Amino acid sequence: MKPFQILTGVAAPLPRVNVDTDQIIPKQFLKTVKRTGLGAGLFYDFRFKPDGTPDPTFVLNQPAYKDAKILVGGANFGCGSSREHAPWALLDFGISCVIAPSFADIFFNNCFKNGVLPLALPDEQVQRLMALVTDRPGTALTVDLRERRILGPDGAPLFNTPFPVDPDRRRALLEGEDEITTTESRGESLDAFEAQQASAWPWVRTRA
Amino acid sequence: MIRSRTLYQKIWDAHVVERGEDGTCLLYIDRHLVHEVTSPQAFEGLRAAGRRVRRTDLTLAVPDHNVPTTPDRVFGIRDEESRLQVEALETNTRDFGVPYIPMLDSRQGIVHVVGPEQGFTLPGLTIVCGDSHTSTHGAFGALAFGIGTSEVEHVLATQSLRLRPAKTLNVVCDGTLAKGVTAKDLILHIIGILGTAGGTGHVIEYTGEALRGLSMEGRMTVCNMSIEAGARAGLIAPDDVTFAYLKGRPLAPQGAVWDQAVEAWRGLPSDPGARYDATVHVDASVLAPTVTWGTSPQDVAPITGVVPDPAQEPDPVKAASMRQALAYMGLEPGTRLQDLAVDRVFIGSCTNGRLEDLREAASVVRGRTVAPGVQVLVVPGSGLVKRQAEEEGLDRIFREAGCLWREPGCSMCLGMNEDRLSPGERCASTSNRNFEGRQGRGGRTHLLSPAMAAAAAVTGHLTDVREMTR
Ligand code: SF4
Repeated sequence: MKPFQILTGVAAPLPRVNVDTDQIIPKQFLKTVKRTGLGAGLFYDFRFKPDGTPDPTFVLNQPAYKDAKILVGGANFGCGSSREHAPWALLDFGISCVIAPSFADIFFNNCFKNGVLPLALPDEQVQRLMALVTDRPGTALTVDLRERRILGPDGAPLFNTPFPVDPDRRRALLEGEDEITTTESRGESLDAFEAQQASAWPWVRTRA
Repeated sequence: MIRSRTLYQKIWDAHVVERGEDGTCLLYIDRHLVHEVTSPQAFEGLRAAGRRVRRTDLTLAVPDHNVPTTPDRVFGIRDEESRLQVEALETNTRDFGVPYIPMLDSRQGIVHVVGPEQGFTLPGLTIVCGDSHTSTHGAFGALAFGIGTSEVEHVLATQSLRLRPAKTLNVVCDGTLAKGVTAKDLILHIIGILGTAGGTGHVIEYTGEALRGLSMEGRMTVCNMSIEAGARAGLIAPDDVTFAYLKGRPLAPQGAVWDQAVEAWRGLPSDPGARYDATVHVDASVLAPTVTWGTSPQDVAPITGVVPDPAQEPDPVKAASMRQALAYMGLEPGTRLQDLAVDRVFIGSCTNGRLEDLREAASVVRGRTVAPGVQVLVVPGSGLVKRQAEEEGLDRIFREAGCLWREPGCSMCLGMNEDRLSPGERCASTSNRNFEGRQGRGGRTHLLSPAMAAAAAVTGHLTDVREMTR
């Protein structure tokens, strides 16, 4: 996984609640067997009209926001299906940080596995950011995971307190950790667990 | 003194391989269901790193999302991309030695129907799948939840996951359901109360009299939609109903091991006095058949009600999202829900594609005909459901009424195959998501029970099924 440490880029507002993963990446793009190229389908039904032409009213189609690296969204962002295609699509489009008041569990998890930072901030902070990037299209923010700070275009921190993020997940993102390798190093514990379970709960084994 | 524990805590504790200082645990995974959409990148990752599947015997793969439901699928999948994805699953399972149920096998079906049907799903286990509706399996008292593709890869390689314990929410369903009111109405009502994010960070355990009265099929319907309330998983304590369902299933334990298992399973239910992080009471006895009017599963109303008015909603953010939903759904506030004409009806999915669901729908359709201009798709959840339904003559009832009787798969639940809505079409659907575009771009979905869907099929509009069965 590519590490996430510090990110500077345009932030785009998406003031909708319950943005679901069907919206982030509609089903017709799930037929791929690859992780790449999904940016083309990101928010497809918002970005394109039914006839396939771009909808100029959608934020990511507006010149000031088309190179956005950060998305500021509404509550319960990423609800719905477990498709990891959602963070893949964001990443492929160039967005590697989503800021929202709250996230759905699976999407939240999936982001961390792919070097995307989902940042849950208090409502009023998100509202301030939303207003800032809406009022001044093309505003660049800096998200510094090392210092846990969001900096405005002038380089000054926007909020007094560092943002909250799970320490273990922060470390994994900063290092770009390969989680499977980490778990594989616990092979002996896994072996021991399996041996104990096989004698205590013999029915867990399938008869297949 | 032994600490009182909930069902969730018991399963969690029994699967901790290692506990980290910060509370993160390495949790052992007993069952891994795999389908074609969320697995190709995971197998690719294994291949690139030269890894094997740690426990092929605890893994089971079946294609469901992409498969056509028309009988001509015996000649292969026409859609190129769908075919490639199913072929990739075939190749991957062969290369890695994972048990695989092919599309034309009689056991093929939606993963969440197949797992329980085969006895792959058992009480007390940890079960994962790259699919959010894995929560279905919680109906057996198993801790079952959806994961992303990176986690699929992680489980394939290590048979474990790094997780933190969730909070617990006890949803107590008091009273009993009235006639004509089903498990689907109950869970829609619960989601209406909790909201789509109400369960976030929680595992819901459903308890109470109404719950205990449900069949396994009904319990699966309830647990299935836990994710629609934002919960990680749903759980129902196993009891004699559970054991009776599982006994003799192909992959369930047998003989002495079965007896030993049942004895252990009887110890799973939450201890008296076990503490939950939150508790919500629901009075099941007052429920009417429930339908959704909007584009989120929390947008529910009794069938006797009307389309709500955003002007009455004090919260401006909620009012705005209601307006957006009504515009998408093409609805006017105050319209009686029973007056909404439908173009399509979908009976199927992992929520309501089981035998009991088809029986309920058939009992409404029997001797009646589908309303003119309405297309009704009946899609069994698995090949075995289909066969059993045919043995009972349900297919004939549906066909004679003018419904289409199809091969098993996810079908119009999400429309990854050819079964989907056209823009503006209104659909009465037994599936679980009414998101914008879920069943096809511009399609308008009303979620409801199989009996209610059947009633809409016959009358051509949303209908209170109780008036048809009196
Ligand atoms: S039936 Fe629908 S919800 Fe269930 S697994 Fe298939 S697509 Fe997902």
